[in-house]
Amino acid sequence: MAEKVSPSVVRASLQVTSLNPPQPTSWERMRGSLLKAKWPILAIIILSLITFMAVFGPQIAPKDPNRQSLIERLTPPLTENEAGEINYLIGTDGLGRDLLSRVIYGARVSLLVGFSAMLIGGVLGTSLGIIAGYFGGVVDDIIMRLADIQLAFPFILLTIMVLVVLGAGVLNLVLVLGVGQWVTYARISRAQTLSQKEKEFVEAARSIGARDWEIITRAILPNILAPLIVIGSFNVASVILAEASLSFLGLGVPPTVPTWGGILAESRDQLLGGYWWLAVFPGAAIMLTVLSLNILGDWLRDFLDPRLRNR
Amino acid sequence: MGQFIARRLLQSIVVIFGVTLLTFMTLHLAGDPTYLYVSERASEEEIIAARKALGFDRPLPVQYLSFVGGMLQGDLGNSLRARKPALDLVLERLPATLELTLFALVLSTTLSIPIGIFAAMRRGSPADGGIMILAMFGQSMPGFWLGIMLILTVGLGLRILPISGHVAVLQPMLDGDFGKAIGNIPEAIRHLILPGLTISVFSLSRNARLVRSSMLEVLSQDYITTARSKGLGERKVIMRHAFRNALLPLVTLLGLEFGFLLSGVVVTETVFSWPGVGRLVFNAITQRDIPLVQAAVVMFSFLFIFLNLLVDLIYAQLDPRIRLS
Repeated sequence: MAEKVSPSVVRASLQVTSLNPPQPTSWERMRGSLLKAKWPILAIIILSLITFMAVFGPQIAPKDPNRQSLIERLTPPLTENEAGEINYLIGTDGLGRDLLSRVIYGARVSLLVGFSAMLIGGVLGTSLGIIAGYFGGVVDDIIMRLADIQLAFPFILLTIMVLVVLGAGVLNLVLVLGVGQWVTYARISRAQTLSQKEKEFVEAARSIGARDWEIITRAILPNILAPLIVIGSFNVASVILAEASLSFLGLGVPPTVPTWGGILAESRDQLLGGYWWLAVFPGAAIMLTVLSLNILGDWLRDFLDPRLRNR
Repeated sequence: MGQFIARRLLQSIVVIFGVTLLTFMTLHLAGDPTYLYVSERASEEEIIAARKALGFDRPLPVQYLSFVGGMLQGDLGNSLRARKPALDLVLERLPATLELTLFALVLSTTLSIPIGIFAAMRRGSPADGGIMILAMFGQSMPGFWLGIMLILTVGLGLRILPISGHVAVLQPMLDGDFGKAIGNIPEAIRHLILPGLTISVFSLSRNARLVRSSMLEVLSQDYITTARSKGLGERKVIMRHAFRNALLPLVTLLGLEFGFLLSGVVVTETVFSWPGVGRLVFNAITQRDIPLVQAAVVMFSFLFIFLNLLVDLIYAQLDPRIRLS
């Protein structure tokens, strides 16, 4: 027997529904959350500036980053010349190249490698993860064993070996770092797919005759994107750090292309002379970029999927 | 337990197989690996001779089997520069690297636990905020950059700690000279502080955040409320009830941690001129000494797999839930 509900309660509940303000759109919610959190706004500003530096490098760099001037080598920051002008805002390196221009150009490789490797790893890992989770069985076993193998040994070492064999270069770097990232995406998207495919809407889609491909792209993928975006933002940060390490080891891009890691590697030879600016500025550029990405990632996680907090 | 050990051993063997296959395939990624072994000016005849001498003219499966066969006998090829067995060169340098990674592991664990707990207990205070900002910075900087900055400030500026060099403890111990090993410890630690800090800054920061958040979660559990409401002092609540449970996530990370630290040794040892495997790898990279890089990768992977196995078995002994899952 259903419980009797008094008419007044029904009326009140109807009234409440009608009085409810319209739900804020996701953009409005995002803006509200951003304004409340403050730090992510700063992170977005810093990232926009660095992206601007990367895109318009040739236009905004004061000098050609590869122009050498041996008379002016190792000029400290803010040094005035005879005319009283500051020629090199943050000084020059051991070959007399303008450090500011080199740091501005360095943003290009870092961002390019960071984002492309994330995309490659993300697409590869997500596809494999969804396939494993959706179809299960032998395919699932094979993909997940491969993931175990990759997790079971320090991947950066294999990356080093691959780059020694293939030689340095942006494309090789992006491919190797990209492929190296797939496991995280695969594990998360597999777990998410497993839980999504039991949901009623997937069942409904299947019962009206939707094909596997349609179910995956229309019903499952949109519902598992949130955690993947969060992973993605942290991932760009860690790829940029890895790229810096590899460039530092001389395994990144050819030495004529300025990179933050590469400038740091060159600074190492000048370290004992106390030429601090060679190390401080490129390092600070890496740190600000990665820090901003991490702050943004933290906020995205809290905003999109608070359950990920303790992973 | 026996079944768990068997399953875990089998898993390790599969991983070792995977690692050897990956390392082997890497060598063939760019086509014929002979060109990696001969000088750029080598004549056609020299290349053909080298290909035959190195065995690269055989079918791939045969090459793989002989690669694995050699590995089982401890033969990972000869270093191209030193013309000595690559494995010997790696093993020679291993003690120095182990000292560095173990020190870093101890540093990151012993510092992150009290820092994380302190931050959790003062949640929302300026101290907590400051610690978390520092940790965020620590996770965002390339370790080797911290190393360079430490050399500039602490080493060259304040001149209180050495910026290069290594005092051996493990090697004299292996030689059976324990008196020397113990006598070396204070000086060894002085040399370890800067590179140790450099290599562990990421783990240290991440672990401090991890301990803090898991401590906060534990502190909100019912059994903590119960412990408090029965009149236990805050100290006892933390030490007896919260502490151990809050450490679980950190403990499960420890196995992976060592491998993570190992992967940082190449850059860190290069910055601090530490005479370990990492710098050996760096030199091998610049000289394109492929067999030496390969030997180091295989060695590190085996070490990593072995330590993970060991850690898992110890946990399974300590916590029955793991072996049942």
